[in-house]
Amino acid sequence: MRDSIEGISRRRLMAGAAILAAPAILPRRVFADEPVVDLHSPSGNSLRHISSAFPEKGPMIVHRTRPNWLEPRFEIFDKGVFTPNNQHYVSWHYQTFPTEVDPDKFTLAVRGHVEKPLTISMKDLLAMPRISLAAVSQCAGNSRLYFEPGVAGAPWANGSMANALWTGVPLRHVLDLAGIKPGAQVIRFAGADESPAEDTPRFMKSLSIDHARDGEVMLAFGINGEQLPLLNGFPLRLVVPGWVATYWIKALNDIEVLDQPDTNYWTVKGYRFPDVPDHTVAPGQTGYNLVSITKLFPRSFVTNLKDGDKVASGKPVYLRGIAFGGDCGVAKVELSLDGGQSWQAAKLGKDEGKYGFRRWESNLALPGTGAHAVSVRCTNSKGEAQPLKTTWNPQGYMRFNVETIKLTAA
Amino acid sequence: MIRTYALAAVLLMAGAAAQAGDLKTLKKINFDMPDDSAITFPAGPGEEAISGNCLACHSADHVMNQPPMDREHWHEVVEKMIKAYKAPITEEDAATIVDYLVRVKGKKE
Repeated sequence: MRDSIEGISRRRLMAGAAILAAPAILPRRVFADEPVVDLHSPSGNSLRHISSAFPEKGPMIVHRTRPNWLEPRFEIFDKGVFTPNNQHYVSWHYQTFPTEVDPDKFTLAVRGHVEKPLTISMKDLLAMPRISLAAVSQCAGNSRLYFEPGVAGAPWANGSMANALWTGVPLRHVLDLAGIKPGAQVIRFAGADESPAEDTPRFMKSLSIDHARDGEVMLAFGINGEQLPLLNGFPLRLVVPGWVATYWIKALNDIEVLDQPDTNYWTVKGYRFPDVPDHTVAPGQTGYNLVSITKLFPRSFVTNLKDGDKVASGKPVYLRGIAFGGDCGVAKVELSLDGGQSWQAAKLGKDEGKYGFRRWESNLALPGTGAHAVSVRCTNSKGEAQPLKTTWNPQGYMRFNVETIKLTAA
Repeated sequence: MIRTYALAAVLLMAGAAAQAGDLKTLKKINFDMPDDSAITFPAGPGEEAISGNCLACHSADHVMNQPPMDREHWHEVVEKMIKAYKAPITEEDAATIVDYLVRVKGKKE
C-alpha cells in the first residue's frame, strides 16, 4: 500500500477529475505514475487508476486489469457522436483470447443444423457483400457504479458505451450460404475467449433465426474505417444493432445453428434482470421473475458540463450532450429544471443512423442564481421515454433513468 | 419492402463511409498485455486463500473495486464463483475468503 500512496503524490492532474489521496483499500498500482480518478459512487468505491498501458488504447479508467474492464473518461463523449477506437470501452469475461492474431490464419466456423457446414477465411469475408452502420455498443452493466445500495459486478461509471460506424458482412449472407435446415431453432455464437478452467462455461449467446437474418446483424471486421482493436474483438465480432453488447460476441470464430433451445449458462442464467416495469425493484424485494436482457433502452447525458459545475448567472447556459434511442432512433431530448414536472425540447443534431448516438444542444435559461438541478430525458421513436424513477435491481443492469446534474449559477 | 428501404439507407451510409468500405485487408497483430502481478490483495488473515484461489482467473482489483457489501452478499459472490463459474475452491477456503472479504470490503452497518 505504501507504493500506491507514494505514487499518488507524484501523479499528474487530470482535467475534470478530482484527485484524492488513495484510501487504504486501493490495491497497489499496476504501473508507475498513474493518475487516480474519483467517479463519485454513492456506495463509496469511487477511486480508479487511469492507465495508458493497454494495447491500442489511450488513457482508460481501469475497473479490472484482468480480464480487462476499461472505460474512457466521460469527457470524451463531448467530442463527437463517434467514439474514437482508442477510447472505446473494453469488457471481457475471460482473459483467454490470443493477443497474437494472424488474420490470414483466422477461420470462422458455421456449423450445426445446416445443409453445408462452412469454414470461412478472413479473405473470404472481406470479399463478401458488406454493409456499414452506426450503432451503440453498451454493456448491460453500464452505470452500475451509481446503483445504491451498491451491487456486485463490473463497477462501470457511465462510460461502458460507445458509438461506432461498424463495417462487415450481414450475418444473413453467411447463414444463407450454409443453408439453415428446417427445424433449426436458434443460432449460437462464441469467440476465442475460451473457458479459463475446464468446467467454466464458455461465453456464448444466441439469437433467434429471424433476428440473425434481419440483414443488419453483422459480422464486423471494421470499426470507424479501421480494423477492430484487439480488445474490441479483433479480427471479427458480432454486431447486433439495438441490442445490449453482451450479444456482440468478440473474437467471433464459431456460429452454431441449433435444432433445440440453447441451454448454456450465459444464455439461460446470465444477463437476466427483473421482469417488472422499468426492471426496477426495491432492495430485498422477492417474488418476481427474471428475464434475459435484450434490447437497449433510451438514454441521454449532458457532456459539456458535469455535476457540481459553476456557471455564469444572468444569461442562458449552453448545454450539449448525447442521446440514443435503444433499438430505434431518438425522437426528442428534453430538459427539466423542476425534477420532471415540465420539460423543454433541446435541438437535435444530425442523424447519423437510428442505432447511434445523437447530439443534442440547448441554451437553457436558469431561473436566478444558486443551485439548479438539470434533468435530461430521451424519448425514442417508439415513444418510449427514460423514467424518472431511479433504476435499481440486484444485478446492477440497464440503468436508464433520467440523469440529473446540479449546476450552480453565480 | 420496408426492409429493402432500410437496407438501401444502410448502403447509402456505407457509401458515405468510403474509408470503411475500402478496408481490403487486415494487419496481423501481436501485443503484450500489462502485467498485473504487482496488484495484490491487502495483507492479513485469509490473504493467502484469496490470492491462491482467485488470481488465476482475475486480478485483485476486480475484488477491491467492488462496493462494500455485507457478509450475505459476499457469500453470494463466492458461491457464484464456485457454482456458476466452477472455481475449484474448497469449502474451507471459501469460508476463509468470505471472512477476508467481509473484513477488507465489508459494508459498515
